[in-house]
Amino acid sequence: MSWYGSFAALLPLDNLGHYLHWHFIDISIANVVVIALMVITFIAALLLPFPGRQRRKENP
Amino acid sequence: MSTTEIDRQWTTRLRRRAAGKLPPEKLLPDKQPSYVSSWIYVFGVTTLAALTVVIATGCLLAIRGPQWWHSSSVGLFVNSLHLWSVEIFFFAMVVHLWGKYFMAAWRGGRAMTWMTGVVTFLTSIGAAFTGYVSQSNFDSQWISTQAKDGINSTGVGAFFNVLNLGQMLMWHIVLLPLVAVLLTAIHVLLVRVKGVVPPFEDVPKATK
Ligand code: HEM
Repeated sequence: MSWYGSFAALLPLDNLGHYLHWHFIDISIANVVVIALMVITFIAALLLPFPGRQRRKENP
Repeated sequence: MSTTEIDRQWTTRLRRRAAGKLPPEKLLPDKQPSYVSSWIYVFGVTTLAALTVVIATGCLLAIRGPQWWHSSSVGLFVNSLHLWSVEIFFFAMVVHLWGKYFMAAWRGGRAMTWMTGVVTFLTSIGAAFTGYVSQSNFDSQWISTQAKDGINSTGVGAFFNVLNLGQMLMWHIVLLPLVAVLLTAIHVLLVRVKGVVPPFEDVPKATK
């Protein structure tokens, strides 16, 4: 198997996708993962300190 | 030509209006208020950067054509760059719009900034959809046959037929990118005209 073949084997995309069913909600796990990553990114953007912010406060 | 005639020329009037609303130091500012130094402000420009890559790789795909992007390794690579920059574009755009939603960034006469954002978002969804059905592979066949009944039931099937590959490709590479890029330009210029929205505490009571 080529190097990218073994890399691709980590994330098999040839099979049927996995789905989450909850009442009327039907969503693929891939989409749930992307939504979770967006929420995590959003929270991180609010909480992580922005480089250079402290310095600017000291000499306005 | 008299001065009144010069004053009445559309070029004169447009120049004065543009220079009044967007003087160079407002168009390309060198400083921003301190509250802008937060990661949440990075997502607008991330969206813009991703859109630039989407358009650039899309142009490369257009030059070489489907045979190339389906079968050569460089073609497949450029095709992947196009897809993944779209993924980053939507990801960043969603984080951007959540940020603006919770800042209520439409305050202080910024409704048009918000609304151009909303319409760009909807246009981008259309652009992504027509892109998926333009792939000319089994995936695009599946997507278009799944979508046709829903879309036709709305009545737009008369002029927007998802099974018409040529039409979908033209929407994808001409009409929708044109609208999206135009709206994005207006959106970013509006941000420059209005300046970044101040945090809630900084808004004087009268304008709340
Ligand atoms: C093609 C998609 C988009 C691009 C390239 C884009 C780009 C930008 C940029 C560069 C800024 C200034 C920097 C910043 O505050 O992040 C901005 C501001 C803004 N964006 Fe977007 N944006 C897009 C979509 C959207 C969407 C979908 C919405 C909401 C529905 C939105 C709402 C806003 C608002 C309200 C502001 C003004 C913020 C302020 O005054 O502080 N944008 N956008």
